[in-house]
Amino acid sequence: MSGSEDEPRLLDSGEAALVVEFGSVVDPAISDRVLALDDALGADPPEGLRERVPTYRSLMLHYDPLVLDREALAERVRALVAGAVARAGTPTLWTLPCCYDQPHSEDIAQVAERTGLSHDAVVATHAGATYRVYMYGFAPGFAYLGGLPKTLAVPRRASPRPPHPRNAVVIGGGLAAVATVPMPTGWYVIGATPARLYAPEREESFFISAGDLIRFEPVDCTTFDTLDAREAAGERVARRGEAVP
Amino acid sequence: MTALVVEAAGPGITLQDGGRHGYLRYGITAAGPMDPLMHATANRAAGNPFDATAIEVSTGGLTVTAEGGTLGIAMVSRSFRITLDGAALPDSVALTLEPGRTLTVRAGPSGAWGYLAVQGRIDVAPVLGSTATHTRSGLGGLDGRGLAAGDRLPVAEARPGEVSPHRLIAPWLDRDPKEVRVVLGPQGDYFAPDQIHAFLAGPWTVSPRGDRMACFLDGTPLRHAKGHDIVSDGVAMGAIQVPGNGLPIILMADRQSTGGYPKIATVIGPDLGRLAQAQGGTQLSFRSVSLTEAVAARRAERDALRDPVPRDPVVRTNFASDFLLGLNLVDGVTDGRT
Repeated sequence: MSGSEDEPRLLDSGEAALVVEFGSVVDPAISDRVLALDDALGADPPEGLRERVPTYRSLMLHYDPLVLDREALAERVRALVAGAVARAGTPTLWTLPCCYDQPHSEDIAQVAERTGLSHDAVVATHAGATYRVYMYGFAPGFAYLGGLPKTLAVPRRASPRPPHPRNAVVIGGGLAAVATVPMPTGWYVIGATPARLYAPEREESFFISAGDLIRFEPVDCTTFDTLDAREAAGERVARRGEAVP
Repeated sequence: MTALVVEAAGPGITLQDGGRHGYLRYGITAAGPMDPLMHATANRAAGNPFDATAIEVSTGGLTVTAEGGTLGIAMVSRSFRITLDGAALPDSVALTLEPGRTLTVRAGPSGAWGYLAVQGRIDVAPVLGSTATHTRSGLGGLDGRGLAAGDRLPVAEARPGEVSPHRLIAPWLDRDPKEVRVVLGPQGDYFAPDQIHAFLAGPWTVSPRGDRMACFLDGTPLRHAKGHDIVSDGVAMGAIQVPGNGLPIILMADRQSTGGYPKIATVIGPDLGRLAQAQGGTQLSFRSVSLTEAVAARRAERDALRDPVPRDPVVRTNFASDFLLGLNLVDGVTDGRT
């Protein structure tokens, strides 16, 4: 399978979830198709459609089969895909401050050792790239990011490390991520952002959408603490800009 | 305000409403009851909305009292041992809990979860629109954690219950865990036909290490046709993933929103409770059904709760609880000496 314009596969996960599968690999073109369908269904959701969960390569649609017939939903999906829906608008580019120093970067020495890069080179490489938010999953606000430079592609740990601090910036398995809620993890913690991608008490609990772009801007620990305090006071320290095509 | 006070609580007892829906796309698990039908039945019996906040009682057991007023209670389980001031009651019962009296719930020979609903509204603040507790991410319920001795649950709009205890009659909860219905897929193509057959036939043994996140099965490992890693995609409640060791894991209420193992089949919604109630050591197999059959089962489940839950008065006795438990409580009033 590839990201070509062929028909997606419609796969049932029980009688209340339909998976619209556009491919089987991580690929921005496939992700674009997933997100375009997600946008189109979100703009005009059929009654009985409960949740839409975009992932790297598929859109999972949770629905109430006593309200929305599976075939009616499938027809709607096919029609939208055939209409070659495009994503609405330009993705937003977010700049997230990131502190790569101790105590926020517990595993950065291990990454330097495994990649043969210096600490500074790891930071420069990670902060030099632009990442695409492919999906959320695993934990609240855990954002999976594509676009990690290959020189930082270290495999994930064979067994998880102890829980990471909140809002950890992590890499592993050729991907990057922001890990909001402390959990044991197989990823490597190389920094932390004061920006809270997930804050259940905030009116807008999440502000970054799948399809958005992210850059990390290195800050020292003093700046981190200042920004963290401002974020705690209700300010949003992530900066918003339009993506340059 | 009237309150339900937790005097003692075993591990794994949480507040659950119908679930935190709408945020799966941000990695937020719905949580909600492990046995949605039993949870809805308890709420129905208490005169509450089906998806109201209720206490999900684990086999760890629970002891509660009322404070500041009288509380109507519907406690629904299969085979849990319920007592009011030490007097045994049926496993599913509607009663009034006055201040000074003690209601206890203990595990029984079968069943893994029971639901205690209060006539009124357990008044805890919703998070992201729901009171469902997800302990792994610390969301919902009381500070995102399980209940513990000393917790006080305020009850708004409290209504009194049955003057004397009434046995609740809910035959739709008599579900045999030995056969669980599934819809095959979504990654059925990761398994050869003989492996799908082996999966359905089992028999599988429910591992005791299950929790609200997943039910683990022991048995003869399945073989994958083309590897056991997939690029992560969405995970429905009841999805049966098969990791590298070939032993199926059924993802339940507290599952992660996405996952990276092939999913051979999905337990149909109406059989989630049947599976959730299987204690460790239970043997089961699976039966593949069509979407049509699955939807029909869902409709039948909804219809079962359309009318009020039937009930019969329980005649109080001073008999030893063992004797009382041996009586046939199915056909109506027990003939106890008073």
